Formats: sequence, structure tokens, C-alpha cells
Amino acid sequence: MIARLWPIFRRDLALLLRGAQGRGGAALPLLFFLAVAMLYPFAVGPDARLLGRTGAGVIWVAALLAAILPLDRLVEPDVEAGLFDQWALRGLSEEALLLVRIVAHWISFGVPLLLATPIAAGLLSLDAGQLATVEWGLLLGTPGLAAIGVTIAALTAGLRAGAALGGLLAIPLTVPLLIFGAGSLQPGGEGGLGLLAACSLVALAVAPFAGAAAIRAGRE
Amino acid sequence: MTKVDHMTALHLAAHDIACRRGDRVLFRGVGFALGPGDALHLAGANGIGKSSLIRILAGLMRPFAGTVERQGAVALVDERLALDGHLPLGRALAFWHRIDGTAPDADDPFGLADLADVPVRYLSTGQKKRAALARLAAAKAPIWLLDEPLNGLDTAWAAQAQAAIEAHRAGGGLVVIASHQPLALAGVKTLAMADHVPLPHGDDAEGDWA
Repeated sequence: MIARLWPIFRRDLALLLRGAQGRGGAALPLLFFLAVAMLYPFAVGPDARLLGRTGAGVIWVAALLAAILPLDRLVEPDVEAGLFDQWALRGLSEEALLLVRIVAHWISFGVPLLLATPIAAGLLSLDAGQLATVEWGLLLGTPGLAAIGVTIAALTAGLRAGAALGGLLAIPLTVPLLIFGAGSLQPGGEGGLGLLAACSLVALAVAPFAGAAAIRAGRE
Repeated sequence: MTKVDHMTALHLAAHDIACRRGDRVLFRGVGFALGPGDALHLAGANGIGKSSLIRILAGLMRPFAGTVERQGAVALVDERLALDGHLPLGRALAFWHRIDGTAPDADDPFGLADLADVPVRYLSTGQKKRAALARLAAAKAPIWLLDEPLNGLDTAWAAQAQAAIEAHRAGGGLVVIASHQPLALAGVKTLAMADHVPLPHGDDAEGDWA
């Protein structure tokens, strides 16, 4: 099983990083994330104290929206192309395939976001302490975002308005991550990080099963 | 061409299968039993349920009624290629070779050697079909389920595809082919799907006579 999942992981990762077949690749969410961080000071003015107080929250909102961007390309093209059917015939479980995809998705959007956050923090005048908290929060929260994203992508695969619907579905489901992630930045809110990790774990535990059920139901 | 191991228990049987799509029963009472070397041709007009039956036999769809007994690995060709369009054909096929743990067929029965560097999305309809057949053969599965395998193939390649099917049977495999075209296969059984379509005013009309 693992030996057969390895080439699938490498393919998923290459597709998600580089982008092809209408998939934007890792650059698109990353540029979107940085664009939001760049636009925000223009919108509220260059007051460093105001930016420092609100900037970390903006990073979280930008990260969440950046995670929604690639949703419609995450699962749907492979269902459409018959890949999931071919994998099923070979006895590969949808659960394992989706777990592989969550990891590949996280590497392609979560890791670039973590790397870009210092730049965003600079644009938003965050101090070093805030940057560290945001980085910890994103490290713990982005796996949950990836899991929720893949689940929703599997749920909406094959629906005609799947792209728009996926974005709408993702927002309420990711609210807990946003609350605990942004909350951890409040004075004395470090406990939020633990809750954030808990939310991520729950999402990671549920996602492969929910997504797999959705893909199987889509075959009927 | 295709050597298949563990022949002993190879078996594909359908018992009284019915298929429903939405409110409509497409067919019912479909039954057959196939063993090594057998070939079954599912014949019938478009929309009669040939593709649905293939998917039921593959285990991808549940029948509305009846059971499928399957002993042996399944390989499927349908209208979806399952090859990444942006990759050169050679690499796209190599992806499945790695998953299946097989090597490409040395004698290249589907004439794909010259196309190895061509991205899959640039292939013609017939070339894509040949690529799908190569992916099928590479899986080394004893049960072949083929949904319109000759669509888009010219006469020469259609004959070559049927020769590949015969070689698979000679090697002990079995094959089910949904096709609206006549097939030139030795001793092929034919299942006329039209015989299994429920009558419009039979007991499936749910008695909305009032």
C-alpha cells in the first residue's frame, strides 16, 4: 500500500506545486496572501501602532482566504479524469488517497505561507514576538485548513457550481481555526495555540473519512 | 501478450442484476457467469445501460438488485483516460507502471513508442484510446472490462485491439466488452441489453394508473 501511495504522493505534490491542467500551483495562493498583506496598510493608513494591533489578524484572514483559492482544482479534475476510479480498482482506499492529498496540499500552500509570513509581518509592522506567535499559529492551523479544504473539494467534486459552493462551505468550517489562531495573538491568549492544534487534529482525523465517503457517493 | 497468474479461481458472475438511474429502471434480470478465456459482448443502443453495467461489474457502482461475484483483479477502460494531460505519454503511463509494479510491454502492441514524448492532451482520439489500452494491459489484471474500446480506432488499430483481447484470453484472462460495434472475437457470447429493459407498462411503472 505505502509503496503504491508514494508515486501518487509525488504526482499530487508536483501537480499542486507547479500547477497544470488549469491548476494554479503554489504561486497563486502565495501571491494572493502577500497581496492582501500589501494592500491592508494602503487601506487603513501607515500608522504602525494600528497595523501592529490588527496586522496579525489580517494575516490569518489572508491565510484562510488563500487556502480557499485552490479548492476547486484539488480533487475535481482527478475524479473527472477517472483517476479515483482506477485507484479504487487497484484496491487503494479513498481515505489513504485523500490523506496523501492533504499532506501534498499542505506542503504546497501551508509551507509557502509559513515562509512568506515574515514578509507579510514586515509589511504589517508586526514585532518579533507577534511574528513568532503567528508562525506557531499557522504551523498548527494550516494542516487543519488543508484537511478542511480537501474534504470540501471532495464534497463539491462533480457539482456544477462546485467552485463557488466550496468557498462558501469552507468559511464557516474554518472559523474555529481563525478564532483560536487570531485569538492566540491577544495578550494572554497563548492558550489559543493549544485549542488551534486540537481543531487541526480533529479536522485531520475526520477529513479523509468524510472526503472518501463523498467520493464514493459521487459514483452512484 | 498478457500473462496472468493465479488463474485457478478466476471468475466473474452476475446474478439477476438490475440497475436504476434516478426513477428509471435501466435494465433488470441480467445474469451470466464467465471463467478464464471467456468473452462477453454487451450489445445495445446508446443509453441502454451498458456503461452502468460495466461500472457495476467493476464494483464502482452498486446494483439496484442482484449480486456480482468477482474473483480476480479488474482493469477498466472507459471514456475517461486517467492519464495526466500535461505529461508526455511515456511519463503518464510510467505513473501507472509504478503503481502496478509492472514494466512497459517490450513489443509495444499499441504503437505508442513514437508518441512517448507527446503530451497526452495533444494526442488524437484514436491515440488516446490506444494509450488507454496500454494502461489496461500494463495493469496485468485477469479481468478486463472495456467500455467502447474500439471507439475512435481506425480499422487497423481496431483489429490490433481485438488481437490484444484475444491474446489476453489465450493467456487465461476474461473480458467483458460494451460496444455498439460488431466484434470479431472467437466464441464471444453476446448479451443483448434490449432483452432486459423493463416494459414501459410492466410492474415497474409503480402502478400510477389511478
